[in-house]
Amino acid sequence: MARLAVLAGNYAVAHAVKLCRPHVIAAYPITPQTSIVEKIAEFVERRELDAKYIRVESEHSAMAALIGASAAGARTFTATSSQGLLYMHEAVWAAAGARLPIVMAVVTRAIFPPWSIWTDHSDLLAQRDTGWIIAMAEDNQEAFDLVIQAYRIAEDEGVLLPVMVGLDAFLLSHTATPVELLSQEEVDGFLPPRRSFSFLLDVERPVTMGNVAFPDHYMEFRYMIEEAMRRAREVIRRVDEEYRELTGRCYGGLVERYRCGGADVVVVLMGAWAGDAKECVDRLWEEGYRVGVARLRFVRPFPCEELRELCAGRRAVIVVDRSASFGSAGVLFTEVSSALQQLSVTVRGFVAGLGGRDVGAEDFEVMVKRVYSDLEEGRTESGAEWYGVRKEVVGCR
Amino acid sequence: MSRPLVPISTPCEGAVGKTGFWRTFRPVIDRSRCVRCLLCWLYCPEGAIVRTEDDDVVVNYDYCKGCGICANECPRGAISMVREG
Amino acid sequence: MPLTVKSLPREEYLLPGNASCPGCPAALGLRMLGKALEGKAILVVPASCTSIIQGPYPRTSVRLPLLNVIFASAAATASGIAAALEALGKKGVHVVCWCGDGGTVDIGLQALSGAAERGDNILYICYDNEAYMNTGIQRSGSTPYGAWTTTTVLGKRRHKKNMPKIMAAHDLPYVATASIGYPLDFVEKVRRAVRHRGLKYIHLLAPCPVGWRFPPSKTIEMGRLAVLTGMWPLYEVEEGEFRLTGPSRALLDKGRRRPVAEYVRAQGRFAHLTDEDIRELERYVDRLWEDIRRMLSS
Repeated sequence: MARLAVLAGNYAVAHAVKLCRPHVIAAYPITPQTSIVEKIAEFVERRELDAKYIRVESEHSAMAALIGASAAGARTFTATSSQGLLYMHEAVWAAAGARLPIVMAVVTRAIFPPWSIWTDHSDLLAQRDTGWIIAMAEDNQEAFDLVIQAYRIAEDEGVLLPVMVGLDAFLLSHTATPVELLSQEEVDGFLPPRRSFSFLLDVERPVTMGNVAFPDHYMEFRYMIEEAMRRAREVIRRVDEEYRELTGRCYGGLVERYRCGGADVVVVLMGAWAGDAKECVDRLWEEGYRVGVARLRFVRPFPCEELRELCAGRRAVIVVDRSASFGSAGVLFTEVSSALQQLSVTVRGFVAGLGGRDVGAEDFEVMVKRVYSDLEEGRTESGAEWYGVRKEVVGCR
Repeated sequence: MSRPLVPISTPCEGAVGKTGFWRTFRPVIDRSRCVRCLLCWLYCPEGAIVRTEDDDVVVNYDYCKGCGICANECPRGAISMVREG
Repeated sequence: MPLTVKSLPREEYLLPGNASCPGCPAALGLRMLGKALEGKAILVVPASCTSIIQGPYPRTSVRLPLLNVIFASAAATASGIAAALEALGKKGVHVVCWCGDGGTVDIGLQALSGAAERGDNILYICYDNEAYMNTGIQRSGSTPYGAWTTTTVLGKRRHKKNMPKIMAAHDLPYVATASIGYPLDFVEKVRRAVRHRGLKYIHLLAPCPVGWRFPPSKTIEMGRLAVLTGMWPLYEVEEGEFRLTGPSRALLDKGRRRPVAEYVRAQGRFAHLTDEDIRELERYVDRLWEDIRRMLSS
């Protein structure tokens, strides 16, 4: 029987993890993820969750421990942010290459130097090439839901890739909102029984994992990750549908569409600020603008098909990035532009909100109106810019 | 056999081929001096000295790399290293 | 009942035709490890010579379940495996890290110290060939004073990190040193170690003919000489109790130790050592044994 609780995003994640019954959890503190692993420690010590809890001495070791545990057949979990995620980067690649269905929460946080504990998406997106499935929540309910869906997706026999679930620092992690929790029976029914297959456990027929592969073999292992990503698209959609049957909540698969029907302009983004974008869009419809929001729930696998279908025939697509790839443009801008290259639609990118710089509905309004006014004046070229940079601070000419 | 998703390898002899080719010298056991102490079997890093059912020792020349540890350690001087022809 | 050659299991867990160099101490160590645990081991192998010794996909020379892992992570990965085995109720198999000196005293130290502090139930074995041999003989924290390596071309000017002592300071149930010159002693130590729960540490000296520059036929001899000169003391610290083992028991008496110069002259990596360098090594050996004397008397 589901029940309603008022929970900060981190606690929503912790409750979801508890319901998914991982066997092994690795925990290392880093703001603003720490309360996830603290809450889980309480669950474990109060015996509400029967799991082994390894208090590792670094994030690199956190992922390494989960690689070992998952290879031995355990269901696993960890959480991290920013510097911790960067520190474990080598192990993040290893987990995907070893096809281990590990689930990790990433409370997205800006990167040092200088120190910042506030949100942006640079840490999460820096993992995009690794072979992990990468999802991001808009609100605490979705953070809860995504953790549960993550195990289903990861452990699907056709996928077998690790999944990271992102949620914005402080905006979600430390903000309490009502969350509908599922019951243990509901989650047990939704998740598969954890496979006990492990290539490490058979001492009678021992095998070696990961020894040298010469150039005539290596590439195929990487190709198989790509194939798994392809299959993951369908699995993600199917899981979202099945989740609707269980809870009544369905987010739209890889991309959530908001008021895109009849829209001239679509705003593409991911994360908590999509809520502000939706609020902005509601106001703009009243003013006569026809703007929709396409919120990426998953950035890997990247929803090319969905975006092509969604953006065809629009006057413009606005991509708002909470990260930048220096020397290029916002990460999502580049990926969306690439996906839409066959369409003759204007794509305008804005890098905003880095290091937790606040971006509200009024800011989205500025961005949208700027693009409209450019379109009116015949400036239809695609391009990217940074929004809200304080020129007096950087001493720009 | 379906290709595994993960690079998983199965154990076999000769994983890098017949390493006997590496040899410059081969160990030759003088049976008249051998007392079957099995020290050569113990010390061979390759496991290329085979311990038979009745605790005799036989060199597996397919894989012996000719390091000479067996000859160096044999307490009876029963093994000599002979240059490959 | 002491272990004899004949009582060693016949089964081979390292198969011949592998990629080890002729006379390789690591290969022999791995062969002995398999026999010590009679195949009931899951190996965790970070980047090291053993990564290559296995041979290339789709074949391997190791007849034990083996997980190759990223360099710094062996102990942490093993902690994860041990936790999973416990969570899944799987018993009767040991989790063993089989790591080189680089992967232990340098890049692997953090994870190892963490696992030791947590008391995770694993056996950690460092096979120490005293340099990064797999990448072509670069210096590690375990390279001894004076040794030539490609990155200490004129000879290393710092002494070897005393890793077994560092591990003993973690209050572990079992810490030991071993040498490939005494393989049965190594096997006994492995077996004794796994009778304990928690993190067990064995540091196995593995003289490398290629990196130390001596003929491959002398590997075992070099392993013995290291012990007989006092350069490499054989000991155990079991539940806090320190004891010397094997030939080291007689070597508190300095007069019973073979001259350090004999060890030095036998290895090309020490070819350039001066008499002053040798005296420095003798002082090092003296300090090692003073420390041992203190531990025995306390």
